[in-house]
Amino acid sequence: MSESGAGGETDRTVYLRIEDLTKKFGGFTALKDVTLEIYEGEFVCFLGPSGCGKTTLLRAIAGLDIQTRGRVEQAGKDISALPPSERDFGIVFQSYALFPNLTVTRNIAYGLENRKASRAEIAARVTELLDLVGLPDQGDKYPAQLSGGQQQRIALARAIASSPGLLLLDEPLSALDAKVRVHLRHEVKDLQRRLGITTVMVTHDQEEALTMADRIVVMNHGVIEQIGTPLEIYRLPATSFVADFIGTMNFVPGTVSGPDRVRLAGVDLACESDGLAEGTAVTVAVRPEDIVVQSVQGGEENAVEARIGEMEFLGSFYRADLVSEGLGEARLRADLSINLVRSQGINEGDALSVLLPRERIRIYPGSAVRG
Amino acid sequence: MRAYMLVIVLYLLIALAFPLYVMLSKSFETYAFRFDAVEFQVDRGEGWGETLNAMALGEGLGVVAPGALVTTADGRFPATRFFPDFSFRAKTLYRIRNTKEGSGGFLVKGRPATGTDWFELTSGEFRRVQIRPTQATGTGNYLSYFSTPALFTSIHNSLMIAVISTIVTVTLAFLYAYALTRSCMRFKGAFKMIAMVPILVPSLLAGIGLIYLFGKQSLVLKVAEWAFGEETVAPWWDMLANGAYGPSEIYGPTGIVIASVFFTFPHALIIIITALSIADARLYEAAVALRAPKPRIFWTVTIPGARYGLISAAFVVFNLVITDFGVPKVIGGQFNVLAVDIYKQVIGQQNFQMGAVVSVVLLIPALIAFTVDRIVQKKQVALLSARAVPYEPKPSRRFDRAMFAYCCFVAFFVLGVLAVCQYAALIKFWPYNLSLSLGNYNFDVMDGGGWDSYANSVRMAFYTAVVGTFMVFTGAYMVEKGKGFNSGRTGFQFLAMMPMAIPGMVLGLAYIFFFNHPNNPLNFVYGTMGILVICTVTHFYTVSHLTAVTALKQMDPEFEAVSQSLKQPFTKIFARVTVPVCLPAILDISIYLFVNAMTTVSAVVFLYSPDTTLASVAVLNMDDAGDIAPAAAMGMMIFYTNAGVRLLHAGLTRGLHRRTQAWRTR
Repeated sequence: MSESGAGGETDRTVYLRIEDLTKKFGGFTALKDVTLEIYEGEFVCFLGPSGCGKTTLLRAIAGLDIQTRGRVEQAGKDISALPPSERDFGIVFQSYALFPNLTVTRNIAYGLENRKASRAEIAARVTELLDLVGLPDQGDKYPAQLSGGQQQRIALARAIASSPGLLLLDEPLSALDAKVRVHLRHEVKDLQRRLGITTVMVTHDQEEALTMADRIVVMNHGVIEQIGTPLEIYRLPATSFVADFIGTMNFVPGTVSGPDRVRLAGVDLACESDGLAEGTAVTVAVRPEDIVVQSVQGGEENAVEARIGEMEFLGSFYRADLVSEGLGEARLRADLSINLVRSQGINEGDALSVLLPRERIRIYPGSAVRG
Repeated sequence: MRAYMLVIVLYLLIALAFPLYVMLSKSFETYAFRFDAVEFQVDRGEGWGETLNAMALGEGLGVVAPGALVTTADGRFPATRFFPDFSFRAKTLYRIRNTKEGSGGFLVKGRPATGTDWFELTSGEFRRVQIRPTQATGTGNYLSYFSTPALFTSIHNSLMIAVISTIVTVTLAFLYAYALTRSCMRFKGAFKMIAMVPILVPSLLAGIGLIYLFGKQSLVLKVAEWAFGEETVAPWWDMLANGAYGPSEIYGPTGIVIASVFFTFPHALIIIITALSIADARLYEAAVALRAPKPRIFWTVTIPGARYGLISAAFVVFNLVITDFGVPKVIGGQFNVLAVDIYKQVIGQQNFQMGAVVSVVLLIPALIAFTVDRIVQKKQVALLSARAVPYEPKPSRRFDRAMFAYCCFVAFFVLGVLAVCQYAALIKFWPYNLSLSLGNYNFDVMDGGGWDSYANSVRMAFYTAVVGTFMVFTGAYMVEKGKGFNSGRTGFQFLAMMPMAIPGMVLGLAYIFFFNHPNNPLNFVYGTMGILVICTVTHFYTVSHLTAVTALKQMDPEFEAVSQSLKQPFTKIFARVTVPVCLPAILDISIYLFVNAMTTVSAVVFLYSPDTTLASVAVLNMDDAGDIAPAAAMGMMIFYTNAGVRLLHAGLTRGLHRRTQAWRTR
């Protein structure tokens, strides 16, 4: 686990503190000693593949599945053992979980009743919320009469109706069409910013996490792999898992050959070696879009002679396979823009020099996640 | 919530598990006279004579044989039989005592004595001394059961009847279901409704209808004679009735099978229709594209697709037939089956231990059938989850007509049986006085129970529907939506599934043992309406429970979580969302309970009291007493009541649908 770059935010108040949280289901450990701090007003995404424990962590925060061990503290109060009804949060599920037999209005008002609010106050609040989520005229409809995106917004309105201190979103957008999803990302984020409500969202969609989150918590096998801003996570993945899970990454096996140098099959590269001892087996990682093809001089630092293999057309760019003696068995994928391919007249089978920029190369000890 | 669940678990334990346990232990209770543990002394005016052991005395006199000591709990042996010269006028004095504690002892001055002290009695007092049997635990009852050929034959009879009925019912129901799902014939709705009619009547009524149709005074024969002349018909009828072709008459196995097919038909039909309706059209299209001929498609696509349904239907029918008591009682004649044996042992001979033994024997095939059915049902569910395109039949003139003709035949038979019962009920004295009269409806003068029993039945059915629906639904909610307390929920689920495997006769008998025990604090419910309701709710618990669970499973599991996050108590989500959404299922459960409470005989036949006679039992008793026409009349009253309630239910469902289910329309 690496706590890279949370430095600038330490002066903010911690709203939610999770300490050594462990959750076991029978013999299976879903969460292992998870420790995490979330600041007030922050939008945090739990990101990871299915089964990584992100939903379990969310449900532990909500009190829906009480942890086996560990502590949850919200707004300075220990809530570890409290049932959900005594905690302060609103929640939106992937399935929306709107009550099908109640109208939109009554769904939103559901949590406002029994709170000493008068009927008029409740009605006013519901109208306000419907405006807030952009569905002012839909109050009398039943959930089944709304589209998926509209239902999701109603679920959101219901969750924030009683102004909770914490908003929990459990894969709220994954049941929606791609277009609606992109649209709602902005809306949810915008709403969150306007309300300033501390929000935790669980997702397996990296794009969603990168666009929406202030900070991302990448999880795998019940532990946190990395916490950081979207840029940090993308630029400086702390582990080879994060590097592989976020975006596309080339992995090439190599060995540390000296201070700040690694040796691949047939070529030496300059890069930050993080003080690893000479002779350590490492995995060298570089993103396809960071490989430079244009105007590379042979013999320049980190230049590699390669031949273009298969080129896959992906709309705005080509993803090309690069084969090189210097890389041995491994192949590099490089993203070549349409412009570049057109202006340089690059074709399958061409030989050329490519550059792996020193500051864009990351190395991880051990063998690669995949070759 | 947990406390409430405990209440329901407790209910199922008291209403199901404990009685069955008591019954099981009863079946191992044996009673025998222990004469060797009783001693006498006699004073014939010359002082007390030597001590006489009853066993030695009895054997010497030949009044007791060593093998004939086995008796029932109520067996009594007069002490005077050991003294052939006994006269209550004599001035003789008698002494009697037990030689050891813990034997059955004897009754002296109306009180049981089990101590080892001497009782000194005058001859007048000694006259009333009765020796009681000693209770022991052992397999004696089972040994004597299996060595009684008459009882043992019943096992064979029951199995045979059940197997034949199962084959016939499943075949007929499959054809009918095939017609309803795979043809384009007309009036499918009406045919489906008619086929469901037997559910609304007690199984006994089918037997009564058959007696009128084919019995000694056969309606069919009379009609044929009227149409073709007596001389023409007589030889044919003789041949049919007297066995030139197989079974000789309607009383006996033939009648039982036909009536069993009649009352199990709808049960099999529902299951098979479900199995056939989930067929995937794509499979048929693929088969046609591969140029498979029709019969091959039938055997390679249709039958495999419906196989779980067929197996499940077969075991359900088998279970219904083997545990049914009404049909063989009415139309079985001298043909004994297990369910009737229980009745005869308990009601006829008051031999409760032997009744318990037969119950245990009957439980075995029922439990096996139940287990297989559960396993198969699970697999059927797995089939359902596949993404399939529903099959749409294409019109085919010849096929549709053939199917239509077949359905007409079945529908005609079903309605015919009912029509005959109604006709018989309205006729003064079949077949001698055919004028119409309502005399048979004067139940109060019949040997059965009168109109009171009808009113009792309706009351009982109503209570059962209300109480049962509440219990079942809340119980299912606890199982389905409860959290934690997993062992409790699993145990509850098991208990809820059990009633389906328990034959009604067995349940009823178990209730006698459990609730009628003088030391049971719940003894007060015995003989009341309460015990009838408890018994009926328990008897029909499983199907209702499964209906409720299915409805609850379709609800989003996060509803409760959302409600909690909105800080609302679980009672609110239950009342505001769960119940309204599940209302159709709740209504289905209540109607199911009502209809079955009206028609059930097997469980309640042991439990009714003079104040709580029931219509279905009255049908049985009137038939038993030879009042067949009134029995038919009462049976038809049950039918009309159930049909009426069904219609009311349909109307109510539609109305409620409009009011509370508006959200279902998009």
